[in-house]
Formats: sequence, C-alpha cells, structure tokens
Amino acid sequence: MTTPASPSPAAPLEVTDEDSAASAKPGNPKGSESRSPGRLAWIRFKRDRTGVISALVVIFFFVIGIAAPLIAKAYGKDPYTTYGQNDPSLLNDFGFPVKPNGGMSGDFWFGIDPQLGRDVFTFLLYAIRNSLLIATATALLVTGLGIAIGLTAGYLGGKTDYLVGRIIDVLLAFPQTLFFISFWPVVLNILVAPNEATPTWLTVVSLISIMTAFGWASIARLLRGEVLALREREFVEAAKVTGASPARIIFKELLPNLWTPILIQATLALPMYVTTEAGLAFLGVGLSDPTPDWGVMMQYGAQYYQSDITYMLFPGLTMVIFVIAFNLLGDSVRDALDPKARR
Amino acid sequence: MIRFLIRRTLGAAVILLIISAITFFLFYVAPRDPARVACGKVCTPQTLNLVRHNLGIADPIPVQYWHWLEGIFVGRDYSSFGHCSAPCLGYSFQSQTPVLSLILDRFPTTIGLSIGAAVVFVIFGVGTGMIAAVKQGKALDKIASSASLIGSSLQIYIVGIIAMYYLSDQWHLVTRPNDHAGFTQDPAAWFGGLLLPWLVLAIIFTANYTRMTRSQLVETLSEDYVRTARAKGLSRRTVFFRFAWRGAMAPIVTIFGIDLGTLLGGAIITEQTFGLHGIGALSIKAVRDNDLPMLLGVILVAAAAIVVFNIIVDAIYAVIDPRVRLA
Repeated sequence: MTTPASPSPAAPLEVTDEDSAASAKPGNPKGSESRSPGRLAWIRFKRDRTGVISALVVIFFFVIGIAAPLIAKAYGKDPYTTYGQNDPSLLNDFGFPVKPNGGMSGDFWFGIDPQLGRDVFTFLLYAIRNSLLIATATALLVTGLGIAIGLTAGYLGGKTDYLVGRIIDVLLAFPQTLFFISFWPVVLNILVAPNEATPTWLTVVSLISIMTAFGWASIARLLRGEVLALREREFVEAAKVTGASPARIIFKELLPNLWTPILIQATLALPMYVTTEAGLAFLGVGLSDPTPDWGVMMQYGAQYYQSDITYMLFPGLTMVIFVIAFNLLGDSVRDALDPKARR
Repeated sequence: MIRFLIRRTLGAAVILLIISAITFFLFYVAPRDPARVACGKVCTPQTLNLVRHNLGIADPIPVQYWHWLEGIFVGRDYSSFGHCSAPCLGYSFQSQTPVLSLILDRFPTTIGLSIGAAVVFVIFGVGTGMIAAVKQGKALDKIASSASLIGSSLQIYIVGIIAMYYLSDQWHLVTRPNDHAGFTQDPAAWFGGLLLPWLVLAIIFTANYTRMTRSQLVETLSEDYVRTARAKGLSRRTVFFRFAWRGAMAPIVTIFGIDLGTLLGGAIITEQTFGLHGIGALSIKAVRDNDLPMLLGVILVAAAAIVVFNIIVDAIYAVIDPRVRLA
C-alpha cells in the first residue's frame, strides 16, 4: 500500500480501510463531525433498501423461531398430535388430506401432513426454530474456531502454519456430504449403546460438532491469508517492541482489524449451514421424524410429493425465502462494511 | 510444468493416504465387531467366520490398514470369496463383489449426470456473465445479477422435486429422470432420462458462474494491459476475446474444476432427489447396509476426484493465464 514511489507528504503512512471509508463519503450534512467506522457502515446499510428489507425478513424468521411455542399456544395446536388419525374425517382412505390443497382450512392454516395428519403450521414453526438453532450454533462455532486457528497460524507462521495448512488441505479435500453420511452411524455407535434410542439433544450436539469439525477450514484459510498481510505492518511491530505477548497481539491488535471479513464470512456461513443441515436430514442423517426440522419436512414431503405437493411447498418456499433474504443481507453487509469491494 | 505435476501428484497421494487412514481408523474405532458389521444383515455363522478370517480381525488395526493398502497395489485374496485383482479397494461382503467393480458399474451414471450438467451450466453461466459484463449497469445486467442470486439460494431437493412434479408428472414436458439406458445403448433415452437433472443442476450452478464471469470480466476490462491493447489499435472484439476474456476465465476454470470434482465424487443429494443410481446412491446404500469396505472405497474415489481435478485446474490456470507461474 505504501510504495516508496509515492513520497507525497499528503499521503498518510497507513491507509486503513476506515480512513478511506471515511473519505469516500464526504457529503454528510454535519460536515466534519467524526464518525466511527461502524457508525459509517450502519449509515450506509440503512440507505440500502434491499438490505433493510432482507434484514427484516431474516429478523422475522428468527422471531418466529424464538416465539414458536407462544405462537403455537395462541394457535392452539402442537406439532406432535396426529389430528388426522384422531379425526377420521380429515384423512381419506389412502392417508391423504380430504380437503384440497393439503387439507388447508380455518382450523389447519397450512393443512395437515399426509399419513399422520399432524398440523403443518406448528410443525413448520418448530422446524424453523430447530433449523435456525442448529445453523446459528454451527455458524458461531465455525467462525470462532476459524478465527482462533486462522489467526494463530497466520501470526505464528513457521511450523505451526505449515501443519495447520496441511490439515486444512486435507479437510477441504474430504468429500464432505459423503463423509457426514458415512460417519453418522459410527458416531452414534460410539455415543449410544446399541438398542437404545438416541436422545434428540445428542443428535443435535453431534450434528453441530461434525459440521463444525469440517467447517472451520475455509474461514481459517481466509483469515490466515489476511493475517499474513497484516503482521508485517507497523502497529504489530510496535506492539511486539513493547513486549506484548503473542496472544495479546493476536486478539487485541490483529483481530479488531479483521472484523469485516469475519462478519462477511459469518453471514455467508449461516444460510449455508441451514441448507447443509437440511440436506443431511433429507438424506436421512441427523434429525429425523418426528423432530420438526426443515430438512425432515423436505424428506417427508419428498416421499408423498406425487399425491400431496402442497405439503412440500411450505418447507420448500419458506426455506428458499429465508436463504435468499439472508444472502441478500450478506451482500448488503459486505457493501456497507467494505464499500470498495463492490461486485 | 512436469516438475509441478510430479510435486502436486505426490502431494495428492499423501492427502489421499491421510484421508483413507482417517476413514479406516474411524470406521474400526467404533465399539462393535467389524466382522459382524461387514458381514451384513443376512449373516450365517459360516460367512461370519469367513469374513473374520478375511478381514484379518485378529491383526492390530495398523496391520489391517497395511493389508488394505497392499491390496490396492498387488491385489488381495479373499480365500473363498475369490481373488480381488490389482487395484483392489476391498471386498463388499454384502454384495459379494469387489468394491471397485461396483463403483465402476455405477460410475457411468454419475459421469453422465455431472458432465452433462457441467456443459449446460458453464455455457449458460459464462454466457450470461459475459452479456452482463458488456451491458454493465443496464437492465439486462441487473436481471442477470438478481437471477444469479436467487439461483444460488435454491436447493436441489426443493427445485428438483417441484420440477419433477410439474414438468414430468403434471405437464409431461420432460421424461421422468431415470438411468435405464446407457449412453452407448440408446443415446436418445439416455439424454431424455438425464435432461431434468441437468436443467435443475444448471439452475443452481449457473448462478455462481454468471456472477464470477461478470465480476472477473469487469475487473479485467479495466486492467492496464487491456487498455494498452485497445490503444495499440486492436478491435474491441479482439481485445475482448483474446485479452480480457482469457484473463477473466482463469479463476472460473478453478471453480469449475472444484465443482466438477465434487459432482463426480458423488452428487449424493441430486441422485437421491431424482432416484438415479450413481456413486451417490451407492454410498447411501452402503451407509444403510453398514457396508464399511464399500464406504471406504467410495470415499477414496470421491476424494481422488476432488484432488485430481484440483491439480488439473491449477495446470490449466497456468496455461490460460501466462502471469501465473507454477511454483
């Protein structure tokens, strides 16, 4: 950035992102009022209409997920009761809803599911809740682990860096979906005694751990690259001279400079884990019926889609809407944080 | 170039070795009788004994792994089950067949699925990306950009099923996806059977290529060497295709190699969605039957596909973009 070819006194020694971001936006009404980079990004974000709308959609999904038990209570149904089997007028002889469009009615807003006749609306509410819980936890863990490993490897360099680099190579060469589905039985075998039902919390924990174990590699590699560029900078030198410990330099000096790529990666990761987890459930790995989950619903719907396509559409469309909104949000967050990196 | 290839091939071999070792040890670390598991659901005491003998269960795990490795290079004898010749990835006791022959049996479907889809999405993706880059900021560009964002948010198991329901079952526009006909036996039926999976995969993958092509082209078109070429008096067309396009394609080749490797290594969800019987379906069956030798073989083949395509694209990258040096 500071090449010897530009000895102009006006050029600051350190052209950081914040400086250029601030100077890139000269026309603010209050003139020379100083604003933090975060504040500037927030102002930029608020102006981005697509970003704001998609943020609202994403928040809506999270609110629904968190409030699922309340909504279900107000609505008066739960996702586990097999209403269709208790009331023979709801399902026909083949186990499909009698009413058209998957049995949608005033009582069952989104209809009832084929065969069992559970309420689709509450099932979907809890599915969103569970899917978002797993994806959020995984995204946070992956990002955290990726930060810790990537920053350490990048800063320490040498043997540590080499070793971590090779581990990342191996992890990225793994056929991941294949690995997940083939190790699922093994993991359950280790954790659960044979002939015993697997408790749901254990399924969730193992699912999150497996996805985390394989997920951190790409973000760690990215951050390692960023650190390699940063660690030669003067402020790191200065910190070293004052005797700061490596841990202090990594977390107090380097980390604050990396929040932009980290935030961008994290917003990309969350929808990715929503779809990964749903894909695994679709293949029969991880959560399974009767635990509500987007992927479980897709799998269930895929079995009966020829007779009851309506059921498929609810998990399918809600998931697509959520993922599109989150990806748009990710784009807007990137534009707001890093206005130079326009696509 | 040759030094690069040798170095990368050795690196790839090491990665595959590590992957197979990890897989092997994880499979056999579980507290259960591997012979019982390998033997399968219909397991007579005689077969169990044979399997036990053949697996060499008495040996420590590293020795077993060594025998498995040995099998790849010199073949292996499974006494009563017969001989498994040179590249022997193990023996599936459940199907009573060597693993490799089962994999090779299923490979044509996966190859047809992946290559066909790749042709469609590369042509569409790069094409729309080029148009978007040339018409920067105009309506067409905006449509291409938003379409690509929506496309990349879609999932095979959603679009695939909805497409199958409407396009095949309801409106009868496309044949139901199947892999009854081989490419050599009946090309028309083969084409019809894979058409819908190709289109669905294309919808999802095209997006990424459109976006990449657009941003790469926009970037290279503003590079100095492109301006120099224009200043020398070369026509817009020549500059676009000979200079800018070439520079922009290099990163796209990389992504393409990774995607193709992943697809070839088993488009598991795709095959499951459309009911095709390729490598992906084979692996799902292996998981259901707890067929460990089979799974080990599939994982190794899939990892090999990923690694090999990585090397190929890195080599192509250097050929396309003269600025890249192979270190």
